[in-house]
Amino acid sequence: MAIEILFFGSLTDATTVGRLIVEDVTDTDQLKTYLMERYPALCSARYFVAVNQRMIQQTESLQPGDIVALMPPFSGG
Amino acid sequence: MLNNERYIRQMILPGFGQAAQDKLRAAKVLIIGVGGLGCPALQYLVGAGVGAIGLMDGDTVSRSNLHRQLLFNESDIGKNKAFVAAEKMKLLDPEISFLVYPFQLSNRNALDYIGAYDIVIDGTDNFAAKYMINDACVLLHKTFVYGAVSRYQGQVSVFNVTAGKGRSLNYRDLFPVSPARGEIQSCEEAGVIGVLPGIIGTMQAAEAVKLLTGLGETLYGRLYNYDVWQARSYEIVLSLHPDVTEIDQDSFVQADYSFVCEDGDEDIPEINVREFNRLLQEPNVFVLDVRERHEFPRIDFSDAQIPMSELQASLETLPAKEICVICHQGIRSVYAAQLIKTRRNLPVYSLKGGLTAYFNQQGI
Repeated sequence: MAIEILFFGSLTDATTVGRLIVEDVTDTDQLKTYLMERYPALCSARYFVAVNQRMIQQTESLQPGDIVALMPPFSGG
Repeated sequence: MLNNERYIRQMILPGFGQAAQDKLRAAKVLIIGVGGLGCPALQYLVGAGVGAIGLMDGDTVSRSNLHRQLLFNESDIGKNKAFVAAEKMKLLDPEISFLVYPFQLSNRNALDYIGAYDIVIDGTDNFAAKYMINDACVLLHKTFVYGAVSRYQGQVSVFNVTAGKGRSLNYRDLFPVSPARGEIQSCEEAGVIGVLPGIIGTMQAAEAVKLLTGLGETLYGRLYNYDVWQARSYEIVLSLHPDVTEIDQDSFVQADYSFVCEDGDEDIPEINVREFNRLLQEPNVFVLDVRERHEFPRIDFSDAQIPMSELQASLETLPAKEICVICHQGIRSVYAAQLIKTRRNLPVYSLKGGLTAYFNQQGI
């Protein structure tokens, strides 16, 4: 099952890509662990998670075709 | 008598009329940070006929500002931004009153100044000011229009709209904990394409006009992200964070908002499995497992498990002991240790190779 991950702002410093397709993850916690193992610099990054353009407050199960966004804070002005 | 000729092109819009124009004329808006975001926001709010505008900025114009802060020119270099901006805007519309605050926001002055305005435009360029504006606006029940940029992307939203029932969404619902000293993310020295703050600041002015007139639909409840390089926008519907509580006035005034940009690369000693086994016998060593809860194998020799994703919010719960951080492969634990070192300044180690190395060697 393919899930699309979008990395915003400076998170791409950690991932080097803005977009990633991930297979075989069933929920957002599992996805976070996978991403932290794959991109260790994400461990110290600050961001919130949205599934299908809705911010989540706890782990959510993921379905094929879901789009998960990792959104960091920006501070420039 | 309002100079209607000046505003006629917006007043003839369906639903706008004299009533909306009068609301703008009666409004007081405070722009904090008169730079890349604040300048375009200011120009459009003056254009729209907002009656009183406060300008707060302690910075002076520098040449490197001019690629994005087009209100200023060469002859302004070295002068205070708030003063210069007010002088120029008086030429655009002399009927508008400008109040100049040529200094930075602090938690000592924030409540007094913000309290005198209807809404606030966040034109600042650092996390300390953004959290301060948020917390002051929550305390004072003021709405503020948030804007920020990072390289090619910008964010806009409207926070703390107090009309509805219950607690209103604010910036801490997105990012509850302010960045620590040493967090790389607090440094936005990474550069910005000049037109981007122009777009984001102009959007902030548009949000303010809608808030003040009650017309249209604002971004309250949504975070709008714009990527100028990809020419793509992305919107996220926001929700209340369960851990965010309202700040009280005393803790606001006493809080330390002066988190500064520092190098986050604290040197973390890594220990091998043999040293780790010895540390396990030490009563004053606290073994912290930062794996997520669903990760295997379960272990019985850690003192606590705080998943990396929750560590930031739980740092204060760590005891004042030597901390040994462990994870699956010894990668996350280094980051966790850095966080503990910078935020709590405790002696901290990371198990090299993580539990994978530990179980490999125990098996031998």
